[in-house]
Formats: sequence, structure tokens, C-alpha cells
Amino acid sequence: MIYKLVTDAATAVADITDGSTIMLGGFGLCGIPENCIQAILEKGTTNLTCISNNAGVDDFGIGLLLQQKRVKKMISSYVGENEEFERQLLSGELEVELIPQGTLAFRCMAAGYGMPAIFTPAGVGTEVAIGKESRIFDGKEYLLETAFNADFAIVKAWKGDTDGNLIFKSTARNFNPLMAMAGKITIAEVEELVEPGILDPDQIHTPGIYVHRIFEGKNYEKRIEKRTTSK
Amino acid sequence: MLDKEGIAKRIAKEVKNNTYVNLGIGIPTLVANYLHEGINVCFQSENGLLGVGPFPKEYAVDPDVINAGKQTITALPGASSFDSAMSFGMIHSKKIDLTILGAMEVSENGDIANWKIPGKMVKGMGGAMDLVASAKHIIVAMQHVNKAGESKLLAKCDLPLTGKNCVKRIVTELAVIDIAPEGGFILIERAPGVSIEEIKNATAGKLLISGDIPEMAL
Repeated sequence: MIYKLVTDAATAVADITDGSTIMLGGFGLCGIPENCIQAILEKGTTNLTCISNNAGVDDFGIGLLLQQKRVKKMISSYVGENEEFERQLLSGELEVELIPQGTLAFRCMAAGYGMPAIFTPAGVGTEVAIGKESRIFDGKEYLLETAFNADFAIVKAWKGDTDGNLIFKSTARNFNPLMAMAGKITIAEVEELVEPGILDPDQIHTPGIYVHRIFEGKNYEKRIEKRTTSK
Repeated sequence: MLDKEGIAKRIAKEVKNNTYVNLGIGIPTLVANYLHEGINVCFQSENGLLGVGPFPKEYAVDPDVINAGKQTITALPGASSFDSAMSFGMIHSKKIDLTILGAMEVSENGDIANWKIPGKMVKGMGGAMDLVASAKHIIVAMQHVNKAGESKLLAKCDLPLTGKNCVKRIVTELAVIDIAPEGGFILIERAPGVSIEEIKNATAGKLLISGDIPEMAL
């Protein structure tokens, strides 16, 4: 099989240069590539365009990159719960493209399936539609949305093997398998890395062909944004 | 006049047996607490779960299991998890029977605004633009007036839209209101102790009243 194992996050992100476009998996702080975000932070990479559903919180996730002004542009669907983000956005320091969550998912999917674009009804009649081609199918209007074109996709999985096969857990799956398919180079960090043959082929969510680098992450904090319990 | 729990309680009556339902953040989330006996519902959370259960006991909290409001939740027996494309695939292919969400403004032709106040607040639309574009039935749960005392039921939305001509029914602390196909707010029910006059005063758009307007039964 093709060799994909790298030693750690620093090695995995070593060639992400200033000005790169990167996709980061996760929904809120759930299923985010914690190790790689930290490694990018330590490496000093800047001027990034980040495609990610959310922008983390002030002191965790992509919020860490925002605090140090490493992000030139964010493409997200929801960015609440992050004061520094809102401040940079309203002051014009940060370029932001807000797009519907389904559109974000479908634009990743399109890239992963080799389709140049998709049609979606989300955003018709709103400012999201401005400047976009639209078409009527069966009497309903749809917007043409193009596939993402990202230099790197950085995803987090529950389990993976050295051939790059990935399995995600519960709602930590979210955008991760879609982004894994969409990156020119896909980096996967996993909680548990095993030898080929251990994972059941029928349970694989992301086939290894989509993953170029894989390593076992360390010290996952898995911070909870809204800890809600019942008695 | 209803409190938030009361609005949720009234909306719970709208939830039909054997349906798939998506609940937005805030008052809509409370609806799950008031479902009537014998009503079998499967809740979808658009971050990728069907079969959303109650909040976990403290010892069972799992950071990998959250809802679209980022709260820790449980997955019921028979639940399934999936990626975001499949999640919005089931929304756009109209597999979700009912969407309940909050709003900042609703217009008399069913337009909804709930994601941005230019120059002041930008949180983003999340999944709302997808949900309103494709839901079979949309109920808005909101306060009738905003914190400044201004009506949120308008002839035309001032704020940037989330979707056009999509809202079917609105439940507020004062009333149940339907959107008329030709435009206008049809008054269906009054909240307990609320007069038609009070509802008129709190509604900036065209309020359509015909016959006796019953008080809500909760």
C-alpha cells in the first residue's frame, strides 16, 4: 500500500505555506483537528484562507489562529460565540464569506466527486444569491454553487489505519469525510491509529485513497461548548 | 400572554404523529419537552444525527455527541449519524416533515430574516437558509416584538432575508398567526388573556381578522 504515515502534526503540516487555502473539519468544537491547528499556530503560517463551518471560540480551535491574525479570509456558515472574530469582521480586518451550511457541505462534496458545481435552493432571494447564476427546475429556483478548490484539507477521525482509511464517531463526523474527499492534499489526524486489516472494510467512512498523510494525534482536549445535562 | 415555555407548549400541538422534525436553537428546542402522549417523532439535528434524545446525565456526557446548538445530547436507540452533505441531502429532498425555527422578522408574505443585523451582529445563517428553502412545513417561534418594543411582524422585512415566501405559521407570546397565500397575517388564535387590540398594536404588517378569534388551548 502507499505509505501515508507521518510522525506527528508538525511534519504533517510542514509544507502548508503562507497564503494557502485550507479546509478544516468539525462542527463547533466537535471533531476539529486539534493537533494540526496547534501545529499551524506554532509554525507561524499566516495569510490563510480557512474553509470551516465555524471559527472556533476565542481561545480554542480556529479561534487560536484568529487571535494571532493568521487568517486572511474565513468561509463559514456560522460564526457566533467568538468575540474576536466578530470584532475583526465588523472592523474589516478579516474577510468573511458566510454561506449556508448545506452549500458548504455540497461544495465540499462536489470537489470530492469531481463535479464542478451543484444547484441548491438555499439562499435564493437573499444576499447570498447576489452575482450568482440561477436556474429554474420544475418551477423552483436554484443557485449554481461551485466546488471548493482547497490546497489542503485537514480532518480529524476517531480511528484510522496506515493506509489512510478513516472511521468517524457520531456527530464528530460532520464535515470531516466531505473535506477529506475535497482537498488536493488531505491530512488526517486520528485518535487511534491501527495497522491495515484491523478496521472492517464495511465500516470505513473515508477510503484511504482520499487521505495523503495520517498520524495519531495526542492530548485531545475535546472541549465542550455547551455542556448540557439532565438530572 | 405566554412565556417561552408556553410558546413551545402551543407549538407542540402542531407536531403530528410519525414525523421527522428539525428544531432550531432557542424556543424551538423546548418543543421536544411538551410533545403530547402517543406522538411519535424523530428529531433531526442538521450537524448529523437522526434520533436525537434528551440531554445526557452528567456521567454520560460525550463531547462527540452534540446537537446543532452545540449542546451535549444523547442518541436514542435506532439513531443514525451521517455527514453534513447527507444531512442537508435529507433536508433538500424533503424528508423532513416540519421545521421549527426562531426569527428576527417575518413579513406578511412569509419572508423570514434571522441571521444578520448589518453593522451590528453577524452570526451567520448556519443551516437556516437550507431548512427554509426546502422544508415542507415551517413554523416560526418568536416574540411578537423585539427588545426595543418594535413589531417583528412586518409588511416587508428590513433585515437581510434568510428565505422568501416560506413561513406558514407563526406562534408568539400573543398569538398564532398564519401567512395568507395572497399576503397578510391571518389571526388564528389569541394567547390566554390577550385581546385582539393588543395583537393589532404589536403587529406592523396587515393583520387579517375574521369572525371570533378563539383563545389558545394549551
